[in-house]
Amino acid sequence: MLSRDGKKILRGVNLEVGDQEIHSIIGANGAGKSTLAYTLMGLQGYEHEEGSLIFDGEDITKLSITERARKGITLAWQEPARFEGLKVRDYLAIGAKNKGGITEEELKDALRKVDLKPEKYLDREVGEALSGGERKRIELASIITMKPKLAILDEPDSGIDVVSLKEIVNLIQTFKENGSSVLVITHRKEIAAASDKASLMCEGVILRSGDPLEISEFFKNRCIPCDSRVSPPKAA
Amino acid sequence: MTQITINTLSNEIESMDAAYSAAGGDAAVLHQHELASLVISGNKVLNANGTEGIVLETQETKHGVDVKMTIKKGYKIPLPVHLCFGLIPEDGLQEINMNFVAEEDSAVELIAHCTFPNAVKIIHRMDAQMHIGKNASLKYIETHFHGPHGGIQVVPRAHIKIEEGGSYCTNFSLVSGRVGYLEFDYSVDAEKDSVCEMVTKVYGKKDDKIKVIEKVSLNGENARSVIKSRLAITDNAESEFRGITEGHAPRARGHVDCMEVIQGNAKAEAIPIVRVDNPLAKVTHEAAIGCVDKKEVETLMARGLEEDDAIDTIVKGMLA
Ligand SMILES: Nc1ncnc2c1ncn2[C@@H]1O[C@H](COP(=O)(O)OP(=O)(O)OP(=O)(O)O)[C@@H](O)[C@H]1O
Ligand SMILES: [Mg+2]
Repeated sequence: MLSRDGKKILRGVNLEVGDQEIHSIIGANGAGKSTLAYTLMGLQGYEHEEGSLIFDGEDITKLSITERARKGITLAWQEPARFEGLKVRDYLAIGAKNKGGITEEELKDALRKVDLKPEKYLDREVGEALSGGERKRIELASIITMKPKLAILDEPDSGIDVVSLKEIVNLIQTFKENGSSVLVITHRKEIAAASDKASLMCEGVILRSGDPLEISEFFKNRCIPCDSRVSPPKAA
Repeated sequence: MTQITINTLSNEIESMDAAYSAAGGDAAVLHQHELASLVISGNKVLNANGTEGIVLETQETKHGVDVKMTIKKGYKIPLPVHLCFGLIPEDGLQEINMNFVAEEDSAVELIAHCTFPNAVKIIHRMDAQMHIGKNASLKYIETHFHGPHGGIQVVPRAHIKIEEGGSYCTNFSLVSGRVGYLEFDYSVDAEKDSVCEMVTKVYGKKDDKIKVIEKVSLNGENARSVIKSRLAITDNAESEFRGITEGHAPRARGHVDCMEVIQGNAKAEAIPIVRVDNPLAKVTHEAAIGCVDKKEVETLMARGLEEDDAIDTIVKGMLA
């Protein structure tokens, strides 16, 4: 549970993400999806008030962001930070620091995977005149170099052009193939469809989890306007 | 006996090479004969190598060296001139008096490393007079390294005169290791059609004290200047920045841009001063003091950095 200004933002979250599972979180704007992501990452102001967070069998509820990251959890923000003066190559290398560093070829490869030309981007600044979509791609590349056990991606498709949506879907699958579990927050049917499982979030509650297409359909047809206010939420 | 002297000297050269590398320089450049260079350790000139178009005179004094460097008229020096000033011991005093002249139509780039890797109780004073002749150009890049102890006072003062059509571009950087006490005071007189760009980047920690005063007088018509400072301070460090620009002539343009990032108990003060007494001159300023962006810090932590390393990385980006 997490509250803000006396208002409960996360109220009933019961979520399980399996090994090498792509799990999408869908739900209306303001449902609490980003809040859930921040809570999992342990950001300041998003500490657990009740309940626990178990990762690989270990209770990580009290761990700091850094400790969680070193256990293999990471987050790609919905709106990435700007970083004046920090070079793309240095940003990408940070995630690999605790794993004995990164080679030039791995750096280039991470950029190619998000469809950015390495020679054009490696030595640019993350904050310098990059477009919103370019910054989103670099954010994803920084997750690739980290080789996380759990990648939390908050709307990786926002700001990415429709043509490239397929690449994002491929990328999410690559994470899985490389051994990561992926928790992806999305408004796109294509991404939900490529998931192994989906959960529907509504007003701070995980309403139900299950087959992604079924959950998407439920969200589209039954959930707007949201009916969780009248019927008590129950997790499926 | 001679042998011994040479040994001492070459040891000192090695120490200075190591110190130069510690300050971020590539020591090999100090030994290439086709490159002009000047290496001063304490009050000893270890190396003074001029090349065509450069006249280099040095005079050892009690606590330092008087240096006169002249770039002859019309000479555009193709490769940067490397300067290295420093003191290897833990304590001492070094006073450098510099007189730079870039004669008419000449061009030169100076790369200076000032290095005090072991400083516990050191005073380094520099007094520089720079004269940039008509249509001449001087680029001066100065990087300092003061070691980890903070027991150093560094007081660089310079007066720069830029004649008609000349340009002066300087970049002062002190971002790794401790600062100690820094009192940086540069003033520039800019004549008609001249250009002046001053960039200062300093990272203060523990009880470092930083004082930066940069002043440009735009005396001539169409003279232009930018003063840009990036100061980051943490722990109990204190900084004071004054960027003064005076517009005295028609179409003179000046801008002061100061950004300071503070952490911990650090205290920062930024005072941009703008004086204009010609109605056709225009001088603008901006100053911002704040803390490091929380999202940037948390992003780097989510990539596995400790909070302190995250802040350090962000600040170093800003200071790069
Ligand atoms: N710092 C905060 N203080 C107070 N309320 C907040 C704060 N952050 C978020 N909220 C509120 O919590 C609710 C959930 O926000 P959240 O950003 O998690 O939604 P979301 O599901 O990610 O929405 P979207 O699809 O628009 O990204 C919203 O009603 C929002 O206004
Ligand atoms: Mg959101």
